[in-house]
Amino acid sequence: MSEQGIEHHDYDVLILGSGGSGLRAAIAAAEAGARTGLVCKSLLGKAHTVMAEGGLAASLGNVAPEDGWSTHFQDTMFGGKYLNNWRMAELHAKEAPDRARELEHWGAVFDRTPERTMSQRAFGGHTYKRLVHIGDRTGLEMIRTLHDRTVHSNVEVFMETTVTRLIKDGDRVVGCFGYRRQTGELISFSAKALVLATGGSGRIYKITSNSQDCTGDGYALAYEAGAQLVDMEFVQFHPTGMVYPPGVAGLLVTEAVRGEGGILRNANGERFMERYDPKRMELSTRDVVARSIYTEVKEGRGTPHGGAYLDVSHLDSDYVKRKLPSMYDQFLELAGVDITKEPMQVGPTCHYFMGGVKVDPDTGVSRVPGLFATGEASGGMNGANRLGGNSLGDLLVFGRRAGEGAAATANASGPVTLPPEAVADAQAEIEGFLHGSGNENPFHMHRELQKIMGDGVGIFRDEEGLSEAIGKLEELDARVANLRAPSDRLDYNPGLQLCREVKNMLTVSHMIARGALLREESRGAHSRLDHTGYSDYWGEHNIIVEGTSTQEMSLTPTPVVKRDELEALVEARKEAEKAS
Amino acid sequence: MSETIDLAHAPGPRKLQIWRGDLTSGELVEYELETEPGMVVLDAVLEIQRSQAPDLAVRWNCKAAKCGSCSAEVNGRPRLMCKTRLDHLPADEPITVEPMRAFPLIRDLVTDVSWNYRVNKQITPFTPRESLKPGVEVNEKGEFLIDQADTDRMSEFRKCIECFMCQDVCHILRDHRLHDRYYGPRFMMRMASLDMHPLDGVDRLDQIADEGGIGLCNITKCCTEVCPEGIHITDNAIIPMKERVVDQRHDPLLKLLHRTPNKGRRKPPPRTETPTL
Amino acid sequence: MTTVATPPRRLGATMRRDRWWVQPVLVVTSLTLFGVYTIIHAIVSNYYAITAGGAHLQSPMFSPDLPGIIQFHTSLPWAFLVLWAPLGLRSTCYYYRKSYYRSFFLAPPSCAVAGAARRKYTGETKFPLVLNNMHRVFFYFAVIVIGFLWYDAIRGLFYHGSFGIGVGNAIMFVNVFCLSAFTFGCNSWRHLIGGKLNCFSCTPAAQTRHNAWKRVSILNGRHMQWAWISMFTVWGTDLYIWLVSSGAFSDPHHVF
Ligand SMILES: Cc1cc2nc3c(=O)[nH]c(=O)nc-3n(C[C@H](O)[C@H](O)[C@H](O)COP(=O)(O)OP(=O)(O)OC[C@H]3O[C@@H](n4cnc5c(N)ncnc54)[C@H](O)[C@@H]3O)c2cc1C
Ligand code: SF4
Ligand code: SF4
Ligand code: FES
Repeated sequence: MSEQGIEHHDYDVLILGSGGSGLRAAIAAAEAGARTGLVCKSLLGKAHTVMAEGGLAASLGNVAPEDGWSTHFQDTMFGGKYLNNWRMAELHAKEAPDRARELEHWGAVFDRTPERTMSQRAFGGHTYKRLVHIGDRTGLEMIRTLHDRTVHSNVEVFMETTVTRLIKDGDRVVGCFGYRRQTGELISFSAKALVLATGGSGRIYKITSNSQDCTGDGYALAYEAGAQLVDMEFVQFHPTGMVYPPGVAGLLVTEAVRGEGGILRNANGERFMERYDPKRMELSTRDVVARSIYTEVKEGRGTPHGGAYLDVSHLDSDYVKRKLPSMYDQFLELAGVDITKEPMQVGPTCHYFMGGVKVDPDTGVSRVPGLFATGEASGGMNGANRLGGNSLGDLLVFGRRAGEGAAATANASGPVTLPPEAVADAQAEIEGFLHGSGNENPFHMHRELQKIMGDGVGIFRDEEGLSEAIGKLEELDARVANLRAPSDRLDYNPGLQLCREVKNMLTVSHMIARGALLREESRGAHSRLDHTGYSDYWGEHNIIVEGTSTQEMSLTPTPVVKRDELEALVEARKEAEKAS
Repeated sequence: MSETIDLAHAPGPRKLQIWRGDLTSGELVEYELETEPGMVVLDAVLEIQRSQAPDLAVRWNCKAAKCGSCSAEVNGRPRLMCKTRLDHLPADEPITVEPMRAFPLIRDLVTDVSWNYRVNKQITPFTPRESLKPGVEVNEKGEFLIDQADTDRMSEFRKCIECFMCQDVCHILRDHRLHDRYYGPRFMMRMASLDMHPLDGVDRLDQIADEGGIGLCNITKCCTEVCPEGIHITDNAIIPMKERVVDQRHDPLLKLLHRTPNKGRRKPPPRTETPTL
Repeated sequence: MTTVATPPRRLGATMRRDRWWVQPVLVVTSLTLFGVYTIIHAIVSNYYAITAGGAHLQSPMFSPDLPGIIQFHTSLPWAFLVLWAPLGLRSTCYYYRKSYYRSFFLAPPSCAVAGAARRKYTGETKFPLVLNNMHRVFFYFAVIVIGFLWYDAIRGLFYHGSFGIGVGNAIMFVNVFCLSAFTFGCNSWRHLIGGKLNCFSCTPAAQTRHNAWKRVSILNGRHMQWAWISMFTVWGTDLYIWLVSSGAFSDPHHVF
């Protein structure tokens, strides 16, 4: 089956992305009886999720028996500054324990309590010790387990295949188009339901913990296909990334370092978190810690390489090596620092996107029929700030729901075909990158974009900086049509790959910058120097992004989706916060 | 053993010789670039890609030594490019960067590692034993009861990031090209981690010995030498598995006593294909 | 841009810069010398015990002392009747296998150095190398020999029945200690003592074996070092006894 010699495949459900959410969705879809395909840019098992370190939040109550879903729900809402989609936060808190146990039944091996159950560790913003973990490589454990399950679940996998377009027939998504990276051969897929599990977009910043894959493809593809996105201005800067040497700046230092007792100090040796959050100290929410470090550095109390000291040298050195082995290794190998003896130097790094495709919490379907989203690609669950460990739970809970949702849609739908014009159009785009007349170098434009975002849309924002950034992004808009890969060869062409990615990142950058300009308050991960407090209006509103191009992008404040039966829990938490 | 990187002494220019070519032909091409303190080989390769050789093919993803994508042979030894600092390599000579040799070349530094995925597909995933003892092996919430001691032994193997450098350096694959008869150290170890799972219900020893080809391993330990995760592949996985096979097939004493190991474990479903390169 | 030639792929081909061949050369030399020495001394079969002045220091290569203990007298080199156990243990030992496969079989000579590519490579699946799987059998017998060596070392402390101590005694004890450290770090032993369990914690017996396994694992982690050290202590002890008993010099000792 081919159109103009293009390789073609047909599935009931097609998943884009092999991170935790994509794999979980694929397993669910296949188990529901759908013919399932999975496409990913990298090799299987290498997706961004393998980097996750600290753990998976689930209120199992193994370490703290008093824990339960309602506290987890409250913590998530409080961390998200009440902008979360209530239903998503509820489903996540309720279902994460089952998903964690299920993972263990599929062969995952986690650290144990003395009672031989799954151990749980403390993390910022979680009332109780809640994070299921194995050393500091929980994401790897999760990926490997899901990977093996997927491989034996009758899912067909297309590795190193990049999707550049979603294809619609009328108002419905019916498939997608892309190319095989190893050969440059074009490939198209038709699918009755398509799940975006494409992760975040950290690569729009220079200093990021994200892997190369994270270029916001899913956000841009969904936007172009007519989906709505929610709260894109909330970008989580993780407080502790490496700051030195330059080559590794941004590399994550897991929150588990603080969870296990790490202490933050400034250049004067002061434990500065006492001034910003005396109650939670180092284990305050990420937005608070990140801003605190940033402020210390800005006010001249930074370390020689422009960060803060993070110290675990007071802990037993064997304990550190056992609980944080990859951190120990990472610093020894890459920075020549033995963390059991000397403090680390750390600073904020772009880490996670709270925003994403707006979906139905129960099924993951977007506004566009046939298009689903899950994981970091979807938005709403985390509100204005994500708690550590809530992403891995999110991937499993909503990955499964999206996979089942997609399978149900597929089962209820007749065969679909790809409109030839749409395929031709997608093909022309790739032709243009290879043989067009443009002369914009994607490597250079990527750098420019990173600079714009870093300068104007970083941790602290103000109207002037944001407007300037938007102006510069508009300049890039004009040039993006001229992107051309520096080489026109087909096989493993990094320039070709980056052309489409830069386009996607530019779209995402617009959403973030415009959302940040519109939201005139400081809340969670979004801090405006010119609007430092909470606003009552914005505390009740999400920003919905939709449109057809970067020029015609509309942002609409929309009331937060609440649920009556959860009202009492939320109010109780708000009261408790006020009291303390 | 801490060392500080001296900013005052900027590292200066370095030469890299990078393998350029495909299956039909190729050569080492020399590039020169300015380096930064603490730069790793992958930084250098990407900088060359950005400024001198835009079509240079290289596979990477996390740049944090966590995904195992960027395996290559640096100065003749398998290394993760993102974990190998330039200033740890001899300064007076060019650094050579070549693709892994045990797998077919796609182009430049990128090899076709799909054989590994075909091998993995032959391995039955973890399957719990049919009856687990309540209160001893599983609790009332359905959660497994496993001791940290058992976890520790398995989790060493589960640190594997699938960089496939052990497969690359294993002479059975690299020199003798017996990809159809030996699963390679990575998958011997994977089978070991499953076999040592206290609750696993699959008898894997025949597969380890027959299709897996554990007898081909002559325990020369190159896999252990190159593993970036420092896993003791040979001592902790392969040798123990060889010993388990000896229990079942060679030990005259156990034969006399009619002791069958792996009691209570089921035979796995038959394998469907022989993974070939 | 300059170009450099394609690397060749013959035996020994590598892009490594270090002197990888030093190790195989050292291994070949020392194993060959040790083997030749042992065989010669076993064949010559004399000067294997210091008996002057009521001493009885028996060379570890000639232990147990068959002529002394069971009055087994022959003109043939009887030492081979016991030597097969320790030598068998060594030649099937996982560590020695590694070093001779690398150094003698060149499979591979060193990591990432091209070995002799054999299309018919069979590893340890065919006769005779498949016999290496009998390692644990040699271990069982070698343990018996170790028992005799401790016996020899203790017996050596008595000179005509009186307690005494000397250089020879010290050498004997160091040697038997090192041999024990080598033998009880054996991979087969590590398997038998606990490694074969799938669950370290399920029964009290398993917990005890897990503790033993942990101790053996520590020795096993240094198996290579103990293999070399104990080989040289055996060699040295035998040489010392040969020299003293042949009258080259006398063993300094004090009898209480
Ligand atoms: C260093 C680090 C540590 C972290 N630690 C934790 C933690 O301890 N706990 C926690 O809960 N969270 C943690 N996180 C966050 C969490 O890991 C991520 O949010 C999560 O992994 C995202 O998973 P995902 O499934 O949504 O997508 P990803 O894992 O990002 O996967 C995206 C997939 O989509 C594919 N893809 C993208 N675009 C395309 C395209 N155009 N065509 C085809 N395929 C495409 C990619 O190839 C990839 O397979 C951490 C993140 C980082 C960076
Ligand atoms: S020890 Fe075995 S598996 Fe490892 S490299 Fe040597 S032959 Fe290969
Ligand atoms: S065992 Fe080590 S060398 Fe082998 S693939 Fe895994 S991480 Fe890489
Ligand atoms: S890029 Fe992931 S291991 Fe090097």
